[in-house]
Amino acid sequence: MTDTALSAMPAAANIPAAPASAASLTAKTRRRRALAYLQALPMALVFLVFFVVPLALTVIVSFWAYNEYEIIPAFTVRNYLDVFEGCLDTADVCTTVRTYLSTLKFCVLTWICTLLIGFTVAYFVAFHVRSRTVQMALFLLCTIPFWTSNVIRMISWIPLLGRNGLVNDTLMGMGIIRTPIEGLLYSDFSVVLAFVHLNTVFMIVPIFNSMARIDRSLIEAAHDCGATGWQTLWNVVVPLAKPGIAIGSIFVVTLVMGDFVTVGVMGGQQIASVGKVIQVQMSALQLPAAAANAVVLLGAVMLMIVAMTRLIDLRKEL
Amino acid sequence: MDVELIRLTKRYGHTTAVDGIDLKVRSGAYCCLLGPSGCGKTTTLRMIGGHETVSSGDVVIGPRAVGDATPAERGTAMMFQSYALFPHLDCRDNVAFSLKMRGLPKAERRAKALAMLDLVQMRHLAERLPAQLSGGQQQRVALARALVTGPKVLLLDEPLSALDPFLRVRMRTELKRLQAELGLTFIHVTHSQEEAMALSDLVVVMNGGRIEQAADPRTVFERPATAFVARFIGGHNVIRLPDATEVAVRADRMRVGLEAGPEAVPARVVSVEYQGASVHVGFEAEGLGEAATALTAVIDDRAYAGHPLALGQTVPLGWDADAAHRLSA
Repeated sequence: MTDTALSAMPAAANIPAAPASAASLTAKTRRRRALAYLQALPMALVFLVFFVVPLALTVIVSFWAYNEYEIIPAFTVRNYLDVFEGCLDTADVCTTVRTYLSTLKFCVLTWICTLLIGFTVAYFVAFHVRSRTVQMALFLLCTIPFWTSNVIRMISWIPLLGRNGLVNDTLMGMGIIRTPIEGLLYSDFSVVLAFVHLNTVFMIVPIFNSMARIDRSLIEAAHDCGATGWQTLWNVVVPLAKPGIAIGSIFVVTLVMGDFVTVGVMGGQQIASVGKVIQVQMSALQLPAAAANAVVLLGAVMLMIVAMTRLIDLRKEL
Repeated sequence: MDVELIRLTKRYGHTTAVDGIDLKVRSGAYCCLLGPSGCGKTTTLRMIGGHETVSSGDVVIGPRAVGDATPAERGTAMMFQSYALFPHLDCRDNVAFSLKMRGLPKAERRAKALAMLDLVQMRHLAERLPAQLSGGQQQRVALARALVTGPKVLLLDEPLSALDPFLRVRMRTELKRLQAELGLTFIHVTHSQEEAMALSDLVVVMNGGRIEQAADPRTVFERPATAFVARFIGGHNVIRLPDATEVAVRADRMRVGLEAGPEAVPARVVSVEYQGASVHVGFEAEGLGEAATALTAVIDDRAYAGHPLALGQTVPLGWDADAAHRLSA
């Protein structure tokens, strides 16, 4: 739900601002104004139907009561109290906080990995590949994994990482290790690996897009000013690629925070995540509880995005 | 510092952009590389500045050949055509950029940057971002950035071409003033002969990767070396004489009608352009070579008013014998 919001919000912000002086409006400006609203209407409708309404319903349901077999439309805050049950107890960390910390850990690790890989790949394609055709070809290459489904891409790691998988077999065959490495699969490592595999492209594309817009003469100007390669990278390329880094980071953070499939499959159903909690509650038909959890998650993700956009004024940079 | 190019060559695959040129620019000179697009003038400039590798030959700046030295090691600074100001830095930090790269402390580099902005009268806008400046202001900032490290040679790549005509003339004057004040060697690439004439001590006319003529502006205008130079700098008629030699005659030295002289040829008036102080008359003359030759005469407005010409009219057209300058083939 959160990423629907992200893709819809910039479009809504683009509605042209009409002049405020309503008294002196001529017929012509009024017509133009109406036209502007009309042009914004389709996107606004999509936004309304696919974002505002479901979100409103989720918030409403999160305040409803439920028992084993039905949902009762009566106002209650019990769902929220359940979410934070035991969290005021300072001696022990409550389940919710622990789950969030676990998810946050995956989020940070994945963010760091995808950022490093994404930046490097984008930099290579944008600055070291001269021909447009090769650039496009490499770019398409990056998207090839997306020709299959998420789940298949994840499952394909299993024969590789398993106890008797390709990696362990090869290492043992080469005599580098004697007993198979445990924890390649169904561990934090495999979860992060899958996240990075699935999400790096969301980092590459926006960063590449930002870098492609950097005027090449700026790199020359930096060279002319005596900057070394690293100095140019840090003082010119990184600041100018910031909008792409921010957009890519928002993609990755929202995807990882809301995920339950990857953590489930790659964690061997043993690792908790916020998305997983919601999914379990939904399959138990505890919809109000799931809704309350979803609202809390939404709030958490929004806070993270606000923090990120604080660092970079996206609207200014775009 | 003196700048000398020795058999300087740049090849891209099979095409030769700069074809073994030799040039000596003495210290403190204002040199303009002039030519049409694709003549190799920008490539030459970029090789001097260390932004382009040299295929063969040498660039000598001051006492030594610079080889693969970086721009900072060469003591050159470049002003780019689009100014190439860093869009994320304000004017002061743009100017201070190269000082930052050299590791100067913040306070010191900012003070130096402000002093430089003073020199180009931009101190009051020091905290603006490049996007908030006009073209002329951006150019001043770019100039300050190029000058802040105290280069010995300033390279300018079509610095005035992005400005409107009025501003272009003003900035031209200012460039000349700065150059005189600082006593630096300026090498300025342009495709405008007017700019080259107005600014330079040394005009280098280039064509097809070679130097057609390198001389002071007056020599280039009075005695163009080749037909290309005569045509490119304008104001000349290139005429092929019956003995197959070519001469250049300045358009304002053409003689029309009664004063045309004994060697006059009949010419038909094809265009008349009033220019204020003078009138530009276009002719088509038969009898000079095989085809009809297009010639221009610049006639003083008072003289023209005495003997106006009508389109299609055929009149004798000639020139002073001593105004004809023989061109080398």
